[in-house]
Amino acid sequence: MHHDHQRPSLLQRLHIDAPLFIALFITALVSIVTVYSASGQDLGMTERQAIRIGAAFFAMFVIAQIPLDTVQRWSLPLFALGIALLLAVLLVGESSKGAQRWLNLGIVTIQPSELMKLAVPMMIAWFISEQGMPPTLGRLAMAFILLIIPVLMIAKQPDLGTSLLIASSGIFVLFLAGMSWRLITFFLVAVGSFVPILWMFLMRDYQRQRVLTFLDPERDPLGAGYQIIQSKIAIGSGGIEGKGWLQGTQSQLEFLPERHTDFIFSVFSEEFGLIGVLGLLLLYGFIIFRGMIIANRAQRVYQKLLAGSLTLTFFIYVLVNIGMVSGLLPVVGVPLPLISYGGTSMVTLLAGFGLLMAIATNRRLIHA
Amino acid sequence: MRKRRTAIRDRHAEAALFGRRVIFSLVVVVAVFSVLLVNMYQLQVVEFQTFQTRSNDNRIKVVPLAPNRGIIYDRNGRILAENRPVLSLELIPERVPNLEQTLADLTELLGLTTEDLERFERNRLRERRFEQVILLDQLSEEQAATFAARQHEYPGISIEARLVRHYPYGEALTHALGYVAKINQRDAERLKAAGVAANYAATRTIGKLGVEGYYEEQLHGTVGYQQVEVDIHGRQLRTLAVEPPIPGQDLVLEIDVELQQAAQEILADNRGSLILMDPRDGAILAMVSQPSYDPNWFAQGITVAQYQSLLNSRHSPLLNRATQGGYPPASTIKPHLGIVGLEEGIVTADTRIWDPGWYQIKGVNHRYRDWLSWGHGWVDINTAIIESCDTYYYDLALKLGVDTISEHMTQYGFGERTGIDIGEESAAVMPSRGWKRARFNQPWYAGETVSIGIGQSYWTVTPMQLAVSTAVLANRGKRPVPRLLRAIRDGGIELPAVVEERPPVQLKNPEHWQIALDAMQGVVTSIKSSSRRAFSDTPYTSAGKTGTAQVKSIGQDEEYDAEAIDERFRDNAMYIGFAPVEAPEVVVVVAAENVIGGGSSVAAPMARQLLDAYFKVDKVVANAP
Repeated sequence: MHHDHQRPSLLQRLHIDAPLFIALFITALVSIVTVYSASGQDLGMTERQAIRIGAAFFAMFVIAQIPLDTVQRWSLPLFALGIALLLAVLLVGESSKGAQRWLNLGIVTIQPSELMKLAVPMMIAWFISEQGMPPTLGRLAMAFILLIIPVLMIAKQPDLGTSLLIASSGIFVLFLAGMSWRLITFFLVAVGSFVPILWMFLMRDYQRQRVLTFLDPERDPLGAGYQIIQSKIAIGSGGIEGKGWLQGTQSQLEFLPERHTDFIFSVFSEEFGLIGVLGLLLLYGFIIFRGMIIANRAQRVYQKLLAGSLTLTFFIYVLVNIGMVSGLLPVVGVPLPLISYGGTSMVTLLAGFGLLMAIATNRRLIHA
Repeated sequence: MRKRRTAIRDRHAEAALFGRRVIFSLVVVVAVFSVLLVNMYQLQVVEFQTFQTRSNDNRIKVVPLAPNRGIIYDRNGRILAENRPVLSLELIPERVPNLEQTLADLTELLGLTTEDLERFERNRLRERRFEQVILLDQLSEEQAATFAARQHEYPGISIEARLVRHYPYGEALTHALGYVAKINQRDAERLKAAGVAANYAATRTIGKLGVEGYYEEQLHGTVGYQQVEVDIHGRQLRTLAVEPPIPGQDLVLEIDVELQQAAQEILADNRGSLILMDPRDGAILAMVSQPSYDPNWFAQGITVAQYQSLLNSRHSPLLNRATQGGYPPASTIKPHLGIVGLEEGIVTADTRIWDPGWYQIKGVNHRYRDWLSWGHGWVDINTAIIESCDTYYYDLALKLGVDTISEHMTQYGFGERTGIDIGEESAAVMPSRGWKRARFNQPWYAGETVSIGIGQSYWTVTPMQLAVSTAVLANRGKRPVPRLLRAIRDGGIELPAVVEERPPVQLKNPEHWQIALDAMQGVVTSIKSSSRRAFSDTPYTSAGKTGTAQVKSIGQDEEYDAEAIDERFRDNAMYIGFAPVEAPEVVVVVAAENVIGGGSSVAAPMARQLLDAYFKVDKVVANAP
């Protein structure tokens, strides 16, 4: 810890973690390159994606400057605000494509569930750190209640993908906080027995359809199974070396649906092959690894838990998206993080990485 | 209180606990990424071939290419059937978002008629899914331009250039050429049964009748294929590979279209048939059947109204009278029957009978009348043929018996298909005792044999059979098979058609040919012949025989008056002949239905004109009495 006593470098004063920043930047470049191909070489869309990435990086930079004490203090109010907004969505939200996720504030429409992607891990981390690690049973129970409220509200919209991600972010905080293995086992069993209830009572028809189709895509090759079949064809036909950039016939000839959003990984795999996939997974793996190191090095429990949870939630993003497009998991609407076309998740994700950067570069201030 | 508790927390223990959880998490991350990678390896390496194939199946479509149908020429190289490019508006119903609205829009834009729309609906039912259906065939240039300018508004609809069969001589050659028409369900099943359905993958029409039908295999050619890359909307983006179709073979027919047209003019508005055939090899120079119809109707897609008009016409234009029309041969078969009488020893050249103008079977009251009511007096076989004496033949037939006549006449080709190279042919009827028993389950009556003597009763012949039997006479026995095909052209090579023959008629005494042929020449030249005037001053020699067939039987004491009776019950006028007599090179057959007059006044002048056309005699001599 000798270097800690030296004058802080420029990057540290700008609250930038260089390895994480470089990895994120490379991923953003991959995004632009892949979106250009997946959009059918649409320069307009590619440009919009580049602008969004720029805006998201700016948001990351701004958030990285916020003092962590402030962040910690805002955990509860932000969470409360989020719950209020979700309530408003359920009451007066705007619908699109059969889901009610948006809130029209006159000037802008916002998606409160995106806010909760940050507010929930902050809240749970704050709630646990107030007491210390490992949490008592009572704290855990309280934490679960805090967690289940926004998760159910978002699932009701319905937005299965986001509620899944938010549930994971909270659970990761509890896991990292040292929740006992016995409780974890109990928890897993409870979730397992919840599955039939979920199937029978909570899932909507289209969600059940997705699961059934996932189990056997060939059941309905022209209907619900079409997406996953075409996606697997795209990935598989890419082979080891890929068909080459802009040469993916499945995507360029439009056989692959939702190719620039949720299924962009299939486009990437078709055009860049197993070698490209390996590279991308290494990139993601590096980001996750770096995130966990930042979490481990953080001085305060709140920071550790928040950094660890954000990182592992990012991992869940990667897992769910790649798993679903390659046929390992059912199709839930989760984009490929940092690469899929679209602004909202990009901004939220990089805002989260802004918090990570703040945590990474904040250690010295504590010592001072 | 809370602050205090926080202060005494064991920060080291917390960090250690967190560290263990981080390590566990990273192990899980690595494990999960490994699973993802193994799955990717499975898809991209292990199952690569499968997915590559499925990817290609998605994007590569094999489109069959129709071969160009062979051209049909006449013997002088004139085109009788060709392929003309036409523009058609075609659509794939499954790819049109709102079909009803689109059709309404197009109706306004291009002026589609109700009939167009009805035909489209019918065509649509016949096509497979995702196949193009013709909405409008033969787009005018204006329609094509109008649509092309707004094509982008109509997905799934396109203008296609395709070749349509065209018959430049229209109805003049219909019964020889036949036509092509859309492949229907029955054709499709037949092609499938023959194992050639794949060869017709891109072909929309097939030869139905005549030469087009008979030589379908030669004319059609071999299907080609092209591999095209398509997107999900079925748009063809580029061609990956082409295996060009092999065009069908061209046919050269023996038909001389100028003679064919001349024959059509000579027959004029009469129903019936004219045939010109080379007796040496059966080559058909002209073959007319009237009334006819325009084969282009079928080639371009016949409307229901057009087809109904053909089906319902009481003049049966669809019937090929040259090969399917069953006519009583009447007196045209007197030369043949005379030879049979000579061969069977019933008569000799010198045998004479007395003709009082009628004939009576011994012990029967009924009188069989001669066409010349006051009788021909003493007649031998020569006179009997030249003057067409009925009584002589009543007697001869009765003495021969129907079965002997039938047996001999079958050798001349009567009662059999001639084997001409079109599918539409009837064997007509050469009656016999056995035939009548089988057909009507009735015994044969002697009176019927009497009528057989003048080519009436149940005996029917097709004009083509008459041509063959006339060739047998002209050839003194050799019996050719009539043939429309002269040669098949394949690339630069011309393959002559196979000349076929049937077993010849062999006489015990070949002198008998001369007796019949002399008499036939007498029909044309003798002062005793009623058809002499029709053949006056020909620069060529010819021989022939007239015939006048009753369509309605006349009562015992009735007088026949052509002007007075229903047009459909008027007599048929027949003529058979050949020229030149020394070395016969052409046979002529005339069959004119329901005319005012008979063989010598109607059919013989037609034969004369046709022979004049054949020998290129400039001035047609007026033949009216």
